[in-house]
Amino acid sequence: MAILTPAETRRRVDASLRRRYRTEKLFRFYGLLSVLLGVGFLLLLFTTIIANGYGAFRQSFVRLDIQFDPAVVDPEGARQPDLLASADYAQLVKTSLRTIFPDVEDRASRRDLNALVSSGGGYELQRMVLADPGLIGQTRTLWLPAGDEVNLYVKGRAAEGESESQHLSEQQIGWVKQLEASGQLRQQFNTIFFTGGDSREPELAGIWGATKGSFFMLLVTLVLSFPLGVAAAIYLEEFAPRSWLVDVIEVNINNLAAVPSIVFGLLGLAVFINFFGLPRSAPLVGGLVLTLMTLPVIIIASRASIKSVPPSVREAALGVGASKMQMVFHHVLPLALPGMLTGAIIGMARALGESAPLLMIGMVAFIVEVPSGFLSPSTALPVQIYLWADSPERAFVERTSAAIMVLLAFLLVMNAAAVWLRSRFERRW
Amino acid sequence: MLLMEKEQEVAVKRELPEGAVSPSGRSSKAGPIADSAETDRIAPDTVGDVTARDPVIRVRGGNVHYGENHALRNISLDVGRNEVIALIGPSGCGKSTFIRCLNRMNDTIESARVTGDFRLDGQDIYARDTDVVMLRARVGMVFQKPNPFPKSIYENVAYGARIHGLASNRAELDDIVYGSLERAGLVDEVKDRLDEPGTGLSGGQQQRLCIARTIAVNPEVILMDEPCSALDPIATARIEDLIDELAQKYAIAIVTHSMQQAARVSNRTAYFHLGRLVEVGPTDRIFTNPSHKLTEDYVTGRFG
Repeated sequence: MAILTPAETRRRVDASLRRRYRTEKLFRFYGLLSVLLGVGFLLLLFTTIIANGYGAFRQSFVRLDIQFDPAVVDPEGARQPDLLASADYAQLVKTSLRTIFPDVEDRASRRDLNALVSSGGGYELQRMVLADPGLIGQTRTLWLPAGDEVNLYVKGRAAEGESESQHLSEQQIGWVKQLEASGQLRQQFNTIFFTGGDSREPELAGIWGATKGSFFMLLVTLVLSFPLGVAAAIYLEEFAPRSWLVDVIEVNINNLAAVPSIVFGLLGLAVFINFFGLPRSAPLVGGLVLTLMTLPVIIIASRASIKSVPPSVREAALGVGASKMQMVFHHVLPLALPGMLTGAIIGMARALGESAPLLMIGMVAFIVEVPSGFLSPSTALPVQIYLWADSPERAFVERTSAAIMVLLAFLLVMNAAAVWLRSRFERRW
Repeated sequence: MLLMEKEQEVAVKRELPEGAVSPSGRSSKAGPIADSAETDRIAPDTVGDVTARDPVIRVRGGNVHYGENHALRNISLDVGRNEVIALIGPSGCGKSTFIRCLNRMNDTIESARVTGDFRLDGQDIYARDTDVVMLRARVGMVFQKPNPFPKSIYENVAYGARIHGLASNRAELDDIVYGSLERAGLVDEVKDRLDEPGTGLSGGQQQRLCIARTIAVNPEVILMDEPCSALDPIATARIEDLIDELAQKYAIAIVTHSMQQAARVSNRTAYFHLGRLVEVGPTDRIFTNPSHKLTEDYVTGRFG
């Protein structure tokens, strides 16, 4: 082999250098491109959702003077709660509207007029009377939610400046303008959206029921899957003897983590509902199903974080005469905990966004009541989004997006908590 | 490679070594200290006297296999009370494996199989009824890389005493901690910051902290596995001074790659080569007048 002259060596290195730098530049460009594409799509997603959904946080209300007419509410004067409950409160709203627009005569126009105020207004009056029967016979000035089309029209006009609506008649638009001019129609922060359960009327539909359902479910999932997962990981990693049985268990845990979530739903349906007879649509069952789904994730994350504890710490503990148990619980576990918590929170975040297994166990039902416990029927946030996305009313579009925003906010909070916990408890060694 | 595996105490099997000197039956009857028959004094593969005057640890026919690898071949060696014995030899010769047998740290390596007669004060280290926690309380260990717990300095030293229940109240624990730090020559440097993490100290201080942690349990034997290999010469000198002081009270077996260190700190030196104990003898003789060719080559720097 001929020995190169220094000049020739320099020339060859120089040539190869240029090639290397070119490859590096290209690689960096591809990396940047993919990151930008990813960020771009994410921004697109967020802008669409926010643009569609921010409107749901404001709601139009109509000010009405409601006279709690004893003839309508309590014709017999008995003040019996069941009779009071079944009275026709919508009539009170209609009467009040007629006093504002007395010249509306024909049936069709009256129906149009009544559509200005949500049918939920009647329920609110019912609630007030049942809470305080002394109201009967009095007159109160109340802000009642406007009908969904009125609501959409007011918001749409604010955004786009158009004064036409395909869904409101000329006459209705006239009434709306008249109400606005007299200060009897205004927009407020939409508390109903955050405090209400589901409803067929978009203006009355809220996410509180679904949020509470999700909360109960995640509570069950956390309480069951975190201790179980951590205990299983510690046993497998530290105490289990090497044997084919443990290998089989390991392989199957990894397999379970990859099983499509709807299969867990089927399993939950067969085991928890059919075999154990737990009620359908209950957060308890949802939580159990999500536990099955989250458990392998937590076990895998916990095992990885136990494995990452440096052997020097184990040796140090054993070297001063710590027993195996003491070594694990005094030294390995505290060091592995941040990783375990991160794994658990990411598992929980996945569980929070999961809808497919919940469909199988009946949490997709239309449930108006806000759930009060682990066994009361409820839905979950992602299922609620699915339900609203399926609804025909136009006003549910913005509510769907708003619910997505709430769900994303919860996910962001949980992931931020994972990051915070990791940096808070991480110890260097 | 060795340390990542799981502890599995059950898997370590015991077999009587074939043709080993000192059948365990006899030594247990006569007592290991009184036993000074000529066959016991000289191991077949080893040049020099493997016995110590007042042995606290006595190994006869010790073998270690890591799976297929026969890492330690038929070792017989005593460690005497108040003696510092240095184990030297090229990398992979089995000296670390040997001292890790003495407190059963090899139990943590799944593939390790230890056979032969290992005794601490006449008690079989590998017997079924020997409690490994008790054994490690009596035979402490300082590792190659300083490995303080990621806890405060105080907790590092107090930990062993706490888990063994050596102190009945806080004052006694304080005494143990201060006493151990003092004997480790660290107390002046850390007494104002006992609450700070032990991992924040310098390398040499960390290693002295590890020594303080070891002596806080009040062991009878201290095993040191290249305790200075990660330290600078000044820190090394401090540790060596410390070893001199500790030798008043403890038996110390120290593995080292530095022949100067072996010469400085030890009374006896054992030279290991490819899993065999080639030569044992008083340190000054090993370094000035080795009997075996391999020892001579090593200590004169011809290889290793």
